[in-house]
Amino acid sequence: MTGPQPIAKPEVVGNSEVEAEHLLKAGNSYVADSVFHFAMLACGLCVLALVGLIIYELMSGSRLSWHAFGLKFFFRSEWDPVNEQFGALPFVYGTVVSSFLALLLAVPLAIGVAVFITEMCPRWLKGPLAFTTELLAAIPSVIYGLWAIFVLVPLLRQYGEPFCARYFGWTSGITHRFGFQGPFEGPPYGIGMLAAGIILAIMVIPIVSSITREVMTAVPQQQREAVLALGATRWEMIRTGVLRNARAGILGGVILGLGRALGETMAVTMVIGNRPEIAASLFAPGYTMASVIANEFSEATGDTYLSALIEIGLALFIVTIIVNILAQFLVWTVTRGTPARTHA
Amino acid sequence: MPETVTATSDFAAAPISLWRRGMNFFATLAAAAAVVLVLLPLGAVFGYLVYKGIGSINWAFLTQTPKPVGEAGGGMANAIAGSAWILLIASSMGVPIGIGAGIYLAEYGRNQFGNVIRFTADVLNGVPSIVVGIVAYAIVVLSQGHFSALAGGVALAIMMIPTIARTTEEMLLLVPNTVREAAYGLGVSRWRTTLSITLRTATSGVITGVMLAFARVAGETAPLLFTAFGNQYWNWKINQPTAALSLQIFTYAISPFDEWHRQAWAGALILIVLIVFAVSAVRIVASRGMLKGTN
Repeated sequence: MTGPQPIAKPEVVGNSEVEAEHLLKAGNSYVADSVFHFAMLACGLCVLALVGLIIYELMSGSRLSWHAFGLKFFFRSEWDPVNEQFGALPFVYGTVVSSFLALLLAVPLAIGVAVFITEMCPRWLKGPLAFTTELLAAIPSVIYGLWAIFVLVPLLRQYGEPFCARYFGWTSGITHRFGFQGPFEGPPYGIGMLAAGIILAIMVIPIVSSITREVMTAVPQQQREAVLALGATRWEMIRTGVLRNARAGILGGVILGLGRALGETMAVTMVIGNRPEIAASLFAPGYTMASVIANEFSEATGDTYLSALIEIGLALFIVTIIVNILAQFLVWTVTRGTPARTHA
Repeated sequence: MPETVTATSDFAAAPISLWRRGMNFFATLAAAAAVVLVLLPLGAVFGYLVYKGIGSINWAFLTQTPKPVGEAGGGMANAIAGSAWILLIASSMGVPIGIGAGIYLAEYGRNQFGNVIRFTADVLNGVPSIVVGIVAYAIVVLSQGHFSALAGGVALAIMMIPTIARTTEEMLLLVPNTVREAAYGLGVSRWRTTLSITLRTATSGVITGVMLAFARVAGETAPLLFTAFGNQYWNWKINQPTAALSLQIFTYAISPFDEWHRQAWAGALILIVLIVFAVSAVRIVASRGMLKGTN
């Protein structure tokens, strides 16, 4: 390491293997390398330990509630902290309905945005548009909630819900025959399942659309050229050449959006109304699994109460994990083979 | 995986009919409309934040603690400082562990065991923030006996680690192997190569990942509800309940007082400015190129 030396002594050459061995083992580098390796391994193991810890804490925390109610916990609908009777059905219902409502609204829009950005818009617009839609994902949940309380909810109360009731109110005629309330029936509070679904949709769109963009970009260019060469219009090219090839990945993106919607807490808590009741109408207030934890956890008196809330958390954890794994697998089936891209 | 196109007979021979041209036009229109519909709430959120928030940001808001209900004035200074304090605690735990895990995955983890950690990191990334809050409560709050800044920091750190680990790994893998080999060839030890050559080359990419994780947790509210808990007063003790900007926005937003609503908007504006600033900084660093060949 002292610069080029004009004369190499022959005995050094003869000893070079020993020398190398010596350098690898003896000097500080062998010890230091091992220490470094183990330090980095410890950081990696931290990730494993954290997930293990999450599972352990959720399981041990929910044991009390599990022993008291068993699997029936998720099929009971009373939520009575005073008499220590707990059932999670209204929360499960609220989570499922608000999330699917969100997907129903978000998926067509998100795919439309992705199609526009990847296939239709002029090149100079691509970057800014992609950045702007990603910006939607950077807004914190609590700010969406704030906006929803003061802007979206009054709009829904004054215009949105009366409009839905007038033009889609006829659906009640069908549901009444089966003994349910219609989806657009009842007083327009503004706050309720519909507001939660809309705000969730806005929050889910950037995820679905960025994954859709990613898998659409992964479709080989030759596919597009081949379809165009056959005389297809641009839309026919997108439909048969791109969307059809990317559908598994798009489905993955949609499911990833579902995972986000299921676990979303603050914005939903602020607009869903927080009433543990099951109502068929989208105008009625509801409650979700995440919001009941957010609202009641720090005030939960009694071990069973706390345990019931942790069990809801455990259920939420298991469902989102399954959903996320499924989604990643689907995205992977389309994007494998293409170079890794940073998820910025 | 790419299928062969089979539906071509529909449009192979005939000249483009009015119907097909119409469909094409309609689809383009629908996609453009979707973009407008998606940008609408974005514009509305930002517009309202600025419109409602800017009037309420003043010197008092930035320097005072909250006043009791009914008294005008007061501010969120303690919440802004509390957020910074919690984020500092979170970063001091999350950033080193995250980068370390990323280094492990990139430099030592190209094997089955590495895949397990990689998969686990992705699982951890998908855990809802409220669940992370429960876990931080169980680990820190229960053992300490009270809500604390530390508990909030732990919750946010747990959320930062997987993001930082995965981006660090991706960035390190972008560094060509020839660079590592050149260092080894000069007799530089492996740990030194990793830290001073590989990590150094990937620095701006790693910073991007850290900033993204930071921006992601900066606005988090759910995991702080029952960990940091919030506080009406100044607090710098690591084991005491601490105010946070996002918590304060939440409390004020769901309160019935106009004065508090006004302050919630102001707080939200400050929060979003900080986050957008972080994200744009990331964008600028990223567009300079983390390495040759990225983006």
